Amino acid sequence: MDQPGAAPSHDRHARSSAGPHRRLLAVAAVLVTGLTLSGCQLPTFGAYRGSTSQGQDAFKLWQFFFITGIIVGGFVILLILWSVFRYRRRSDEMPKQTQYHTGVEILYTVIPIVIVLVLFAFTVITENKVDATPPADVTIRVTAFQWGWRFYYPATGKVVTGETTQAPQMVVPTGQSVQIMLGSADVIHGFYVPAFNFSRYAQPGVTASQQRFNFTVLHDGVYRGQCTQLCGLYHSLMFFSVKAVPPAQFQVWVHHLSKNQPSISQLKQEIQANGPGG
Amino acid sequence: MTDLVRPALAGVDLHAPEHEEHHGPTGLLKWFTSTDHKVIGMSYTITSVVMFYLAGIMALLIRTQLASPNSSLLSFSQFNALFTMHGSLMLYLFAGPFAFGGLANFIVPIQVGAPDMAFPRLNALSYWLYLTGSITMLLGFFTSSGAAEFGWVAYAPLSNAANSPGAGPDLWIVSLLLTGFSAIFTGVNLVGTIFYLRAPGMTMFRMPVFTWNMLVTGILILIAFPVLTAAVVMLFADRHFGTHIYETTGCHMVGHPNVPAACGVPVLYQHLFWFFGHPEVYILALPYFGIVTEIIPVFSRKPLFGYKGMVFATMAIAALSTGVWAHHMFTTGVVLLPFFSLLSLLIAVPTGIKFFNWIGTMWRGQLSLKTPMLFSLGFLFAFLMGGVTGVMLASPPIDFFTHDTYFVVAHFHQVLFGTAVFAGFAGFYYWFPKMWGRMLNDGLGKWHFWLTFIGFWLTFMPQYGVGLKGMPRRVASYPADLGWQIYNQLSTIGAFIIGLGFLLLLINLLISWRNPVPAGDNPWDGHTLEWFTSSPPPHHNFTHLPPIRSERPTWDYNHPEAPALHHGVPVVGNGNGHHPRDPGGNGSSGKEEKVPT
Repeated sequence: MDQPGAAPSHDRHARSSAGPHRRLLAVAAVLVTGLTLSGCQLPTFGAYRGSTSQGQDAFKLWQFFFITGIIVGGFVILLILWSVFRYRRRSDEMPKQTQYHTGVEILYTVIPIVIVLVLFAFTVITENKVDATPPADVTIRVTAFQWGWRFYYPATGKVVTGETTQAPQMVVPTGQSVQIMLGSADVIHGFYVPAFNFSRYAQPGVTASQQRFNFTVLHDGVYRGQCTQLCGLYHSLMFFSVKAVPPAQFQVWVHHLSKNQPSISQLKQEIQANGPGG
Repeated sequence: MTDLVRPALAGVDLHAPEHEEHHGPTGLLKWFTSTDHKVIGMSYTITSVVMFYLAGIMALLIRTQLASPNSSLLSFSQFNALFTMHGSLMLYLFAGPFAFGGLANFIVPIQVGAPDMAFPRLNALSYWLYLTGSITMLLGFFTSSGAAEFGWVAYAPLSNAANSPGAGPDLWIVSLLLTGFSAIFTGVNLVGTIFYLRAPGMTMFRMPVFTWNMLVTGILILIAFPVLTAAVVMLFADRHFGTHIYETTGCHMVGHPNVPAACGVPVLYQHLFWFFGHPEVYILALPYFGIVTEIIPVFSRKPLFGYKGMVFATMAIAALSTGVWAHHMFTTGVVLLPFFSLLSLLIAVPTGIKFFNWIGTMWRGQLSLKTPMLFSLGFLFAFLMGGVTGVMLASPPIDFFTHDTYFVVAHFHQVLFGTAVFAGFAGFYYWFPKMWGRMLNDGLGKWHFWLTFIGFWLTFMPQYGVGLKGMPRRVASYPADLGWQIYNQLSTIGAFIIGLGFLLLLINLLISWRNPVPAGDNPWDGHTLEWFTSSPPPHHNFTHLPPIRSERPTWDYNHPEAPALHHGVPVVGNGNGHHPRDPGGNGSSGKEEKVPT
């Protein structure tokens, strides 16, 4: 694909044209190019494409911001480099003592405002999709604690608990919507699945009804997760994973109640006494 | 002493008897007892640079630990203490005090033509509180519990008595109280000095932009720091007096959707902390913007392009910065996302204006790339990169997956390294001749710059990558099978290259100490008043002042061949006479104004 190359050529056009109107038009053209591009198979720019439908929306927004960043940042870098190399001191001649140029000043105030408003508009659109919490097919209550996770499926009473070296696995049905209700038993933790392009704090003092989010995993697979918010000594070891399986398989799993799941306080005492995995 | 140097602060007698010839104590006693803003400024500079080196060594230890997966060089506890103290030292004890206690303390009174700060004794108190606070924080390492391990933000309830027991965390809190008051007093002093002690002719819109930025910084300090002080006092009360302000002990939330009565609210701490914390980011940035705004015009031999726009941009940043704190809390799920997102994005506008001011100043100038200018250019690149990723983070859906990962670590290091290190040491090289009367070696300075510049990109660019792959911040170890190692190794190599650069600075200081090269009054053909007086300046800064008829009084005085410009309008009389817009200003004509003895 050659669209990434196309954007800078608009940029060159912007700088070579003299009138402010043409430059505005060119910048608008660049923005539109960026927008159309974000729908295509562009590079990921380092991020995950998103394994959930919400994650894919966030990913598209990321691409849009990244391309805008390259264009705006690249333009400014070119200006700086040009100034440094073109205007290095070559003589003792006094340069013209320019202090103001109203036209240019208005231009470099108005254009960034327009760019920011466009970025904001797309932010709000994506945010409303990512943050929406309509009733879901499956609800899971997640409780974070020092230093592990408990996943509780209220519909059947299934519980999965695990800590540090025995990281728990959350099982979800592929293609169905899942609602997580997130809480913490002690300090603040962060529920983060990189491939989902999403994280959220698990906090004491915030009610679980306030702290919910939905996701729909698109493909079967195991996705690693980790605590992101510093939560004490073994913060680095607070892993978990999410396994997406076909809905029928999920139903079997969730109805099979496992016995002898340790309670959170038991696990906490063991870790405090014996360290990770103890 | 005439009204010329005498500040316009009616009723306050700064006309100390020892004014004309200073007979105060000398040597070590001078450093302990002085209320001279220059001595205090130098004490601040030295102390804060020592803190910078200490925090830098901690950073190298952190990076060494992370160079390999599952590393056991440091224990988890040691690692957590080290990044907590690295952040705390850099932010509370270096970046702020270096700017407003060190450079601004020394430079601002001279730039406005004043003999000292408005409240010299308060200024001394500021320094001694700061020094005491710094020692208090470092003492945490010597307690049985070790230094604080809850990160530089000390989120409740991790910072409560149950999760962070011991004296180390208490010393951290007390240190913040001491240095917080030190900052507040300096803020009062800066605002007072700039409003009341300007020399005749130094109208607000003739002030150097560094002074402007310090005025706005001073006001922001007065808005932000009391909130931090209050927040940590309440934290202390929760830890020791059984209050339940943030504390939730005994109010388990598991399975209970309703908050029990008489229960603390942990998220309140985050609100208070970031209501301080985000203005604090600009308290740490605006002085450094001011520094490069001084340096770029001087080394481009041009006036600042768009001076008034720059001043208004500074004010806009300050105003917006008080309404963006919750962008640190997008992932808490309890803040109004669109509001904080929009205000955060909008900060890009005044910041962008500043970039175009700096570029416009260089445009068609005559750039000489000496060390201060190189560091200023380094700042432009670093801050641009940090700014672009900052815009990304202002968008909640993107913040959701980058928050608390190395992406954020890379972002704020590029911003803060860009400001406090690149711009900060630009100012250090720029004003060192004025402070000490001797030059720093320019060749070594350039080596220092290039090593820092290369090390900077090598350290922080891989961190964006590994953050996007999912590496959380503040982890003491990471698994080997995730492909994170190569990013971390590059980052560690970069950090050691930066360390090498700062070793060169020490050598440079040593050379300057052993074989001083006299600086002269005005080694850079400077624009502002500090370059008019001697290096170092006399006890009350000036024996005489040039006419102040534009933003560049010293330059106007030294360049009679070029018309003096006051905001683009040539000044009538070209610095030799009386400007019509300057009623009762410098009064008589004449090349310079002598202070009668």
